[in-house]
Amino acid sequence: MRHILIIATVFFTASAQAETPRDFLQRFEKEAGAAASPERGARFFTTKQGGEWSCSSCHTGTPTQAGRHAKTDKAITPLAPAANAERFTDAARVDKWFRRNCNDTLNRVCSAQEKADVIAWLLSLK
Amino acid sequence: MKKSACCLAFAILSLPALAGNYAVPKNAAFEEECASCHMAFPPQMLHADSWRAMMGNLSRHFGSDASLDEKRRTAIADFLVVNANGRKTGNTRDTAGKPLLRITETERFVRKHREISAATWQRASIKSPANCVACHRQAAAGNYDEHAIQIPK
Repeated sequence: MRHILIIATVFFTASAQAETPRDFLQRFEKEAGAAASPERGARFFTTKQGGEWSCSSCHTGTPTQAGRHAKTDKAITPLAPAANAERFTDAARVDKWFRRNCNDTLNRVCSAQEKADVIAWLLSLK
Repeated sequence: MKKSACCLAFAILSLPALAGNYAVPKNAAFEEECASCHMAFPPQMLHADSWRAMMGNLSRHFGSDASLDEKRRTAIADFLVVNANGRKTGNTRDTAGKPLLRITETERFVRKHREISAATWQRASIKSPANCVACHRQAAAGNYDEHAIQIPK
């Protein structure tokens, strides 16, 4: 019985990885229990949310373009999937960067709704 | 005789390459996790105690959350500790006895940069003492040799 559980967990975890940006949008919409709003995502992304930086401080307000780290000046590849096919394709990375960057910009974790809104907006950028 | 002359010639030829040799040993996790936000600072530039202290507090990493899962954190910490070089950096602890966390606070760094004025550090082309490559153009290859320095206007 225990083995079956472990195998089931492994399969479930494997199926949750190697995803597309739309998969993440759906995942966070489902967690939030509400549809995402690209307009709300745009506002959230480009305005300060309590911290010293907004998302756009590093990713720019036009994330189809490359950004620069606000402190170190290190180049950051574009965040919008239309400009960078690697974005939002790996669950571990998506979770890691939301954890770190939400803490830096909001001093808390982001809600599923906030994540869904941001991804919806990023997906709308061409 | 011939062999020793050969060795001597080789030793002399390799001297310029050894001077300022801070090449960062290859490590995929270090490259991905650390160098995504800042340049890959050479592990040789801090003492092992400093790297241990830094890697033990990544959620408060110079004002940013750089937290990692435990497996990656220990792997990168091990890499840094193995390649650390406290002997070269001079003092390794601050006045309170805590390990130094910034390369720029080490004796060696301060001594080597004593001729650089505050105004120079603040130039838009330099921004901060952590921006090695602004002046050490070949820093990415581990070359911090003073002959390779070009201070931008």
